[in-house]
Amino acid sequence: MVITTMNKIEIENLSLQYSDGAESLRGISMGIRQNAVTVLFGPAGGGKSTLLRCLNRLNDLTDIRASSGRILIDGENILDPKTDVIALRRKVGMVFARPVPLPMSIRENITYGMELAGEKRRVKLDEAVERSLKLAAIWDEVKDRLNDPAVALSGGQQQRVCLARVLALQPEVILLDEPTSGLDPISTGKVEAALQELKKNYTIILVPHSVQQAARTADHAAFFLQGELIEYDEGKKMFTAPKEKKTEDYVMGRFG
Amino acid sequence: MMRLLARNRHSVQRIGYSLITLMALATVLPIVGTVIFILFKGGSAISWEFLSGFPHDGMRAGGILPAIIGTLYLTLGTAVFSVPLGIAAAIYLAEYAKDTALTRLIRLAIINLAGIPSVVYGLFGLGLFVLFLKFGTSILAASLTLSIMTLPVIISTAEEALRSVPQSFRTVSISLGATRWQTIRKIVLKEALPGILTGVILGLERAAGETAPILFTGAAFFLPRLPQTPFDATMALPYHLFVISTQVPEMPIQIQYGTALVLLVFVLTMNVIATVIRSRARAKRQW
Repeated sequence: MVITTMNKIEIENLSLQYSDGAESLRGISMGIRQNAVTVLFGPAGGGKSTLLRCLNRLNDLTDIRASSGRILIDGENILDPKTDVIALRRKVGMVFARPVPLPMSIRENITYGMELAGEKRRVKLDEAVERSLKLAAIWDEVKDRLNDPAVALSGGQQQRVCLARVLALQPEVILLDEPTSGLDPISTGKVEAALQELKKNYTIILVPHSVQQAARTADHAAFFLQGELIEYDEGKKMFTAPKEKKTEDYVMGRFG
Repeated sequence: MMRLLARNRHSVQRIGYSLITLMALATVLPIVGTVIFILFKGGSAISWEFLSGFPHDGMRAGGILPAIIGTLYLTLGTAVFSVPLGIAAAIYLAEYAKDTALTRLIRLAIINLAGIPSVVYGLFGLGLFVLFLKFGTSILAASLTLSIMTLPVIISTAEEALRSVPQSFRTVSISLGATRWQTIRKIVLKEALPGILTGVILGLERAAGETAPILFTGAAFFLPRLPQTPFDATMALPYHLFVISTQVPEMPIQIQYGTALVLLVFVLTMNVIATVIRSRARAKRQW
């Protein structure tokens, strides 16, 4: 774990337990690189989603029994109670496992966050709609029906609109929690390609829906098992020559 | 033997179905029957003069305008108090309240509020609004009394409507930098609105048809002119119906049924509006 240069995020000794005793995190420390795809993988219940939800404080909505440790983004501890969580969530966007288009048009889905942030100028909003839909590789498919309800799109299109919705806020970090779990291979390919393009300008943290996807997309990969970080390394090494026996067993498909 | 049993089973099933169908029809009959009966008996009383005139000759002739206007005032007055309060309470319960002893107590109170006989509301309103707060026998006191009676209906249907909006909308909205209140205002309330409106109308409809709660708090036997301020008493359809059916000797029967018909149409219209809102919203819903 000596990946320290150009870290966008530093997680220091983070522990957390939900009130219902479900998933938890135990003493996680890791640095997350800027302009790279960092993959958090491992069996279900390992704490990957929990960690993602710490990074934009979405866990505030959940009952948490205890938590400790620090998460520094650009050197600031976002777990500090004084953190402006609204600003944090604009800076750290999230795409969920199931595409959730808000019950409004495609355009309104994209502009929703910006309008909340106070942007009223039509030109700015239009610009953002086009820019973010292009970045999410969905512009050509929806440009002629921006005023249609977003829910009318296919699952794969919806998920890319959801990605565009996040991008419209010009975040610095993008969290993706199994964003392709419900998608067909072609849509999955489009999302993955978009991520490779996006990492040039963003810090991307992805919980993949399979080891294969982890191997395909990871610049850096972290293996989580039962709330602990077992191994963290460059993707290439992790999926060809893991150091830990547990990682190797999982990557080779001996358990999962 | 097996065949006989099979055939037997089949016919038992058929008898069962017939019985169930019959029972379903039996629930429709009283409603349809009442409407037809009242339409038949009271239809002849309906005229422009009946709808727009004041009663005269000791209410044995003339119209029921003050009662119609009074019921309209009372329904609107009830809406003014119960709708904002009811929706606010529902938002609190559905969106903010955690499952604590306090919220369980609130819920218990709401359920019990719904079970209180309406005449008890009337007495409560008399004690609190008419006498203690010195509103007198007035539209204000009657509306407040009806509001308390209507609140549980509005709160529970509105809470149900809010809860039926998918949780994922809230999570997504908050992840996009919305506050909780912005999420409620821009997404949750908008999606729950048809359900809330349905509850509001059904609650108000009950208020419009009640006699007991307004008996001691705002209803007048007879008034020669329409109420001018919220502190005036008023005539109202249900109470007027009660009065002309029991308190006035030699009352022409078609005026009684005509009044009943007007009240019925008033309430059924609200019901139809609620149904239309609900089915329209269902067709348009995006989840």
